[in-house]
Amino acid sequence: MAERLQRSLPAINPDFARRYRFHGGLRLEDCREAASSRPIRPAGIPAQLVLPLQQHIGEPAECLVSPGEHVCKGQLVAQTVGRVSAAVHASTSGTVIAVEPRPVPHPSGLPAPCIVIETDGRDSPAANTPPALDYPNTDTDVLLERIRSAGIVGLGGAGFPTRAKLALHGAIELLLINGVECEPCIACDDGLQRERADEVIEGVRILHRILQPGACVIAVEDNMPEAEQALRAALAECNETGIHVVNVPTLYPTGGERQLIKVLTNREVPSQGFPADIGIICQNVGTAAAVYQAVVKSQPLLSRIVTVSGDGVQEACNLEVLIGTPVSHLIEAAGGYTDHIERLLIGGPMMGYAVNTDAVPVIKTTNCILAVTGRSMPAPPPARPCIRCGKCTEVCPANLLPQQLYWYAHSGNHDTAQDFGLFDCIECGCCAYVCPSHIQLVQYYRHAKTEIWEQEKRKKAADIARARHEARLARLERIKQERAEKLARKKQALSGGNSGDEARQAAIQAALERVRKKKEQAGTTPRNIENLTPEQQRLIDAADQRRRERTRPPQETD
Amino acid sequence: MEFKTWSSPHLPVENSVNVIMRRVLLALLPGIACMIWLFGWGVAVNILISGTTALGAEALMLMLRGRPVATTLLDGSALLAGVLLALALPPLAPWWIAVVGSLFAIVVAKQLYGGLGYNPFNPAMAGYVVLLVSFPLELTLWPAPGSAPDLQTTLSMIFSGAPPAGTTIDALTMATPMDTVRMQVGRGVALAELADDSLFGFIAGFGWEWVNLCFLAGGLWLLQARVIQWHIPVAMLGGLAASAGIFHFINPEVYASPLFHMFSGAAMMGAFFIATDPVSACTTPLGRIWFGLGIGVITWIIRTWGGYPEGIAFAVLLMNLAAPTIDFYTRPRVFGQHDGTPR
Repeated sequence: MAERLQRSLPAINPDFARRYRFHGGLRLEDCREAASSRPIRPAGIPAQLVLPLQQHIGEPAECLVSPGEHVCKGQLVAQTVGRVSAAVHASTSGTVIAVEPRPVPHPSGLPAPCIVIETDGRDSPAANTPPALDYPNTDTDVLLERIRSAGIVGLGGAGFPTRAKLALHGAIELLLINGVECEPCIACDDGLQRERADEVIEGVRILHRILQPGACVIAVEDNMPEAEQALRAALAECNETGIHVVNVPTLYPTGGERQLIKVLTNREVPSQGFPADIGIICQNVGTAAAVYQAVVKSQPLLSRIVTVSGDGVQEACNLEVLIGTPVSHLIEAAGGYTDHIERLLIGGPMMGYAVNTDAVPVIKTTNCILAVTGRSMPAPPPARPCIRCGKCTEVCPANLLPQQLYWYAHSGNHDTAQDFGLFDCIECGCCAYVCPSHIQLVQYYRHAKTEIWEQEKRKKAADIARARHEARLARLERIKQERAEKLARKKQALSGGNSGDEARQAAIQAALERVRKKKEQAGTTPRNIENLTPEQQRLIDAADQRRRERTRPPQETD
Repeated sequence: MEFKTWSSPHLPVENSVNVIMRRVLLALLPGIACMIWLFGWGVAVNILISGTTALGAEALMLMLRGRPVATTLLDGSALLAGVLLALALPPLAPWWIAVVGSLFAIVVAKQLYGGLGYNPFNPAMAGYVVLLVSFPLELTLWPAPGSAPDLQTTLSMIFSGAPPAGTTIDALTMATPMDTVRMQVGRGVALAELADDSLFGFIAGFGWEWVNLCFLAGGLWLLQARVIQWHIPVAMLGGLAASAGIFHFINPEVYASPLFHMFSGAAMMGAFFIATDPVSACTTPLGRIWFGLGIGVITWIIRTWGGYPEGIAFAVLLMNLAAPTIDFYTRPRVFGQHDGTPR
């Protein structure tokens, strides 16, 4: 199958001169400039850090610290569990005050286990930092282990542990570095590339060394000329010729991995598959910079760049934020809320989710905080019936039929919904954005997906329970049968008839004989009875009499 | 601080059903104006009666069904159905024709199926077809284009069912060009002989070609404003022109030219305003092409060999019937799926 796919794939153009179209997409107004035109500044050390144990896809990390413990900057506080997991480090020094469920940035709004650190402001680093690695002369395994131990995950938004992603591949034809912002308003990757292009390039070179891909390209949008120039300058400075920088048309959602791959290579990541299935590995520019920090600066993933924007904050900006910093601290750093702030979004305006409190922390995958008023992003008008106008079909980048999916998801017809590609939906929100009936389409798809996952989980649990129940019934039946057999054998032995009688008599005789012999051997014959007084003789007789009475068979006493 | 939450996306919406319906109504204006100019005030009276009845029926049904009345009426879909039906009716037809037609369209074809978004058939065409099969005589009361009767005569015809003293129905009305073609060809008259008749203009029926041009203009604006998509109109006109073209090429004496078909009767209104009703049409891009082609071909078949002069209404209803099946077999290939066909 994989081989057949490989053969039918379009060849990768070595100079990346052509751009291809994916279906649909939206031209959205760009609102990035406000944040990316200002330099990145540090958000500072907050009073408290909240570090969720799960900031990535996969198994949650295992907590290594307990309340009261003092931790240093860069100290490992939660370790990986299993292959797909990511370590968590203390982003600054302080004291662990709790390990408990706290609100985390997640669409569900449910609290999750977090390590809460009260910072001491000293930012004192851990004593045993690993050595910096000279990556061109370092073994790939050592580099991979460094990436794993630094807790690096995909910083583009999905948060897949980078070590695990680098292990997924066979032969890699193309290493694609995604410098395209996912959504309008998000400016963190733009800022990073403008100001720290050298770090990005170094990180890409490390990834290049690990993967040894056939080609390597960094993609930015055509409305990010500063970032593109900075990258080119950084490439020129280190005489790197194996890495290309290209720009792609600004069309939402080109920042999506699948769409970007299509635009640059005309290849489609198989449904339910990975880019590695078609010989491509995609990494975010932020991830590349984090790899650089881990390998060359010996620094685990402690901070990231977060865009704070929207008409609900005083000053849109890009902030360098310690992982675990509460959102409220970022808002302060951005000058505070404006008067009519109504909603707080984590992520962009298309795919971001609204949170109900600013106590949630920034985690590894948080790329943007949008504080907005009801004027710029009003509540959706009440939904009307779908008129099947097909606007959604026109814009769907997965080439789905959102109106039909809605119909089936809405009516709970999950099988048909899956047949219509429910799980190929990337939840980009294009359909809901253009819907004239104002139907919250993505919500229906998310709900249907969750329901299907739940059903599968329940089904699995039911299957296990059924298997266990059946095994128990079988065991009980087996025991019953064994007992019955045993009983039958015993019965047969007892009422065994004449054939067994002689043997039994013989056995009894043998037993009596053995007893007699034993008595003789033990010398229990009465001794010293020659010169008994009559009184003594009377006592002995009485005792004998009592003994005889006691040893008389019971049936005779009845 | 606490905040309200709701589902993504968060950008303000741009489009709405109300806007779509309003734009479609707006795009009808050139055609309506042209029809009033050619056929007189009867067209306007029909629109008035039909529109009011449609709105009243919709309100009543919504009330009976316990649905919000005001917001639903404001979406304009009932009004649009009423107006489209009115434009299909002869301007001198008695008032109750428009009433019965729009009642059937709204009550039976739309609301009994669940209202906007749930009707399998185009309400206006369902209403029209009911009138056509029930009251064929009343549906022939078209005045000659360009010689529209005055307001008094029109009102008299519509509300008392008879022309004022001194004139007759026959004097007021005239067979439409499509009727004439069917009759004459049926009698064995060659089309070339008919072309000299004053009944014909430069490409199609006299007057009717202007009506069609006006609807075409409105339709092109709808396309440009992205209210409708090109698939259905292009496919329908293509299907109509192709079938007409093939037969016209074989025998021009008997079969009218593609241009005649495209600019006669309700061709343009059908292509841009009726077949494009999204609720009852196909919804996949490829499906819409088949849907349009089907309407075009069936329209031509009915016009040429059927018992009625105009076949768009029947063609639309027939293809409405086929729409779910077409949709099922024309699903686009999902991104990343190499086999996009239904299992």
